[in-house]
Amino acid sequence: MNIALGRHHADASKRGWQYRLHIDAPLLLALIAVAGYGLIVLYSASGGDAGIIERQLVRLGIAFSGMFVIAQVPPRLLQRLTPWAFMTGVLFLLAVLIGGETSGGAQRWLNLYIVRFQPSELMKLAVPMMVAWYLAEARLPPHRWQLLAAAVLIAVPMAMIAKQPDLGTAVLIASSGFFVLFLAGLQWRLLAFFSVLTAAATPVIWHFMHDYQRQRVITLLNPESDPLGSGYHIIQSKIAIGSGGLFGKGWMNGTQSHLDFLPERSTDFIFAVLGEEFGFLGILLLFGIYALIVLRGMMIAIQAQDSYTRMLAGSLSMTFCVYFIVNTGMVTGLLPVVGLPLPMISYGGTSIVTMMAGFGILMSIQTHRKLLAT
Amino acid sequence: MHRAVVLLVLGGMLCLVLFGRLLYLQVIEHDHYRTLSEDNRVKLQPIVPNRGLIYDRNGILLAENLPSYRLEITPEQIDSMTATLDGLADIIEIRESDRSRFEQLLARKPRFEAIPLLLNLSDEEVARFSVNRHRFPGVDITAGLARHYPHGTLGAHALGYVGRIDEQALKELDTSNYRGTTYVGKIGIEKTYESLLHGTVGLQQVETTAQGRVLRVLNRQAPVSGRNLYLTLDSRIQLAAEAAFGDYSGSAIAIDPDNGDILAFVSLPTYDPNPFVNGIDHAAYDALRNNDRQPLFNRALRGQYPPGSTVKPFMGLAGLEQGVTTEHSSTYCPGFYMLPGNSRKYRDWKRAGHGTVNLNISITQSCDVYFYDLALSLGIDNIHSYLGQFGFGRSTGIDILGELSGLLPSRDWKRRRHDQPWFPGETIITGIGQGFFLVTPLQLAAATTALANGGHMLQPNIVYAEQAASSQALIPHTPRLLDTITINQQQHWDDVIKSMIDVVHSQRGTARSIGVDSPYEIAGKTGTAQVFGLKQEEKYDAKTIDEKLRDHALFIAFAPADEPKIAVAVIVENGGSGGSVAAPIARQILDAYLLEPTP
Repeated sequence: MNIALGRHHADASKRGWQYRLHIDAPLLLALIAVAGYGLIVLYSASGGDAGIIERQLVRLGIAFSGMFVIAQVPPRLLQRLTPWAFMTGVLFLLAVLIGGETSGGAQRWLNLYIVRFQPSELMKLAVPMMVAWYLAEARLPPHRWQLLAAAVLIAVPMAMIAKQPDLGTAVLIASSGFFVLFLAGLQWRLLAFFSVLTAAATPVIWHFMHDYQRQRVITLLNPESDPLGSGYHIIQSKIAIGSGGLFGKGWMNGTQSHLDFLPERSTDFIFAVLGEEFGFLGILLLFGIYALIVLRGMMIAIQAQDSYTRMLAGSLSMTFCVYFIVNTGMVTGLLPVVGLPLPMISYGGTSIVTMMAGFGILMSIQTHRKLLAT
Repeated sequence: MHRAVVLLVLGGMLCLVLFGRLLYLQVIEHDHYRTLSEDNRVKLQPIVPNRGLIYDRNGILLAENLPSYRLEITPEQIDSMTATLDGLADIIEIRESDRSRFEQLLARKPRFEAIPLLLNLSDEEVARFSVNRHRFPGVDITAGLARHYPHGTLGAHALGYVGRIDEQALKELDTSNYRGTTYVGKIGIEKTYESLLHGTVGLQQVETTAQGRVLRVLNRQAPVSGRNLYLTLDSRIQLAAEAAFGDYSGSAIAIDPDNGDILAFVSLPTYDPNPFVNGIDHAAYDALRNNDRQPLFNRALRGQYPPGSTVKPFMGLAGLEQGVTTEHSSTYCPGFYMLPGNSRKYRDWKRAGHGTVNLNISITQSCDVYFYDLALSLGIDNIHSYLGQFGFGRSTGIDILGELSGLLPSRDWKRRRHDQPWFPGETIITGIGQGFFLVTPLQLAAATTALANGGHMLQPNIVYAEQAASSQALIPHTPRLLDTITINQQQHWDDVIKSMIDVVHSQRGTARSIGVDSPYEIAGKTGTAQVFGLKQEEKYDAKTIDEKLRDHALFIAFAPADEPKIAVAVIVENGGSGGSVAAPIARQILDAYLLEPTP
């Protein structure tokens, strides 16, 4: 496992401005590309609303700045702060469950009087950090009891978020935790065991699901059962994507989106707009950029010098991968509608900031590596 | 293998699954989804054609289209129809009939089509809804055109009216041409000429939002407006005729003997067709239905009355032309008539009798005995065939639906209808227009027309021209000659017409009261039709008898007698006497047409 690491040694020629600014140029370029692509799609999806583009630009500015700031923080410090961040996050989640603000039927928001924010966003980073922190202290591969403890570290915040309810984020957090476990060397037979256990637990999970969540699963299996109700989203987005064909209908020419047939077209279902207007090739381009980001992230993980950063970088990169696979899967009707935005493209909120903070961590990990003797 | 690589491979596999899905959606099923997307985007909307206008012969507007606001509901945008209707009922009155009609349409029409709930909203109702509009998604006010009859009751029985398309109408109509149409002709000219008046629906392909809001029109096929109709009716005569009846119920038809144009079409009492357009409410409808005088009953078309003595000129002509009698043959009238070997007395209206009478006197003074004798000489078969030529017992074929055919009795008919042989006594009373003999006012007028124009049976027509909305040109409806009655000897006709002139203009004529001051010569014949039979020795006394059982008063006439321009038939229900009640009404109709200059 350390073979890949051992082979690597950064030579002085690479330690230029990227290291001084703690910026990873390939990652940055890919992120700028996807953000630009996103703005083009969003402009069309919003029906040419310059105001929305302006606000999205501001948000992207904040997110990129946040990334840049976090990239300056050495991974060591990050590692030390991890338990505190995690505990703060759990406390915030508790506060949300008790006295959070409700919006759109879900209790996700915490009003801190200065900013309204979703503690679940913080947990997207805090959970993988915490699991990595916990397992980094231990000897790898982890012992059974350590795995159990790590599982609790994942399950508690996940359950609290699922309760809000925010199934999408809960799934992301679970997978980010799982990736850390997997990278830590989770035994294959345990993995198999847990897979079986999860399958067995499905009816139990079903029992605890909200009606609307159950409806989403039913709708996924048979959207035509309720074409004007909950199946409407999926039917219309499939029509949008399918009618886009190989080359798409052209920018600003998507009839499904421009004529209001496509719901949530600036946010969660923006992928359908892209599919309709830019076609299969447009989607390939997007996936190409996404693949670059994930590959670069995994490369950073592979090149990382200790197990904390390696596990964290791997988890963050793979979670990004899960992010867009879940979103595109739900928009194309492969997965239930869980309410996850298309990363870097969808209009809105804190998720971009969190995601960019994650990339900041990746950049920090990459650019704070110690020089190895040549 | 490095675990990170395992994860990457896993992610890559998931991406491949996604690509498979995308290829399926965007390449394999592309055509399917493209079609769906087109369906989403493009809707076919009907453009309702404007209904043709109806004018009288002088260009006076009788039926027009006025702008009106209607409340429409698009069912697919409604969550709970009951809640929506109840909510609307709180702001705007929704009658039970509106609601049930709406529900009928709801079951039959596609869910994306707007269905009218209320038509002809008042300004106040429009305002009240507008304020509350946000509460009712899927409910809209649209401006449309509604039929209006500016002259109200005038000629209502001829014009008829349109009404909302209901379930029944929907079954009969060509639904593709009536997409979006609200009104359909229910009765009268509006119904008969429905296909001309309605026009052809236009279609437009529109791009809509999911909410059905039209963004732009992709292509448009213009509707063809219905054709305007110019009626043969003359509003002035119609008005004069309706006024002339006063409070009497009855009917009058005036026809131009040259071409069969109906100049006046009166059936009284009449009604205002306007409330029917948007659905008359139950109370008003019940009041009309339960009215003893039956204002909704089209007497001109469907009223069947014994013609009484108005049949005598036709009988006289039959006698002369068939060689059964001559101008100079005379009969003695003792006030009654008896069949040989039968004690039953067939009374003359004049108890004392007319003394010795010939045909002229018998028509002028309306002697019954002469015609009893003549009828018997002719026999029912001759009567049936000769009078049949004048259209009795047959519908006239007027272009208003619903006409009844009256009854000209015959041996065949009696055998069929009553399974009985024909009795000579029945021939006798047929001779004075009683017994089984029934005519509609329209038939009587048509027969009088043939008498006036020398035997040309014309099909009465009420529309003389139509006009495409896009042009000024009138397309005339050509008069239709049904039959020409063979004239054996012109002198016979002249004799009968001379007798009819004497009815009005001679000293002893039964209608002399209207002839005294007439500036033109009128040929006429009075008639009185028994509503109920008198017993053998009973005396008819109008004063002691219930008004509803009083005799009907009839009068037929044409003028000027030497060159007839108008023929009329007047029937006054329970009017009593033809000479004193029906004839003056006819005179006013003649005056209105002959004396007042055409505008």
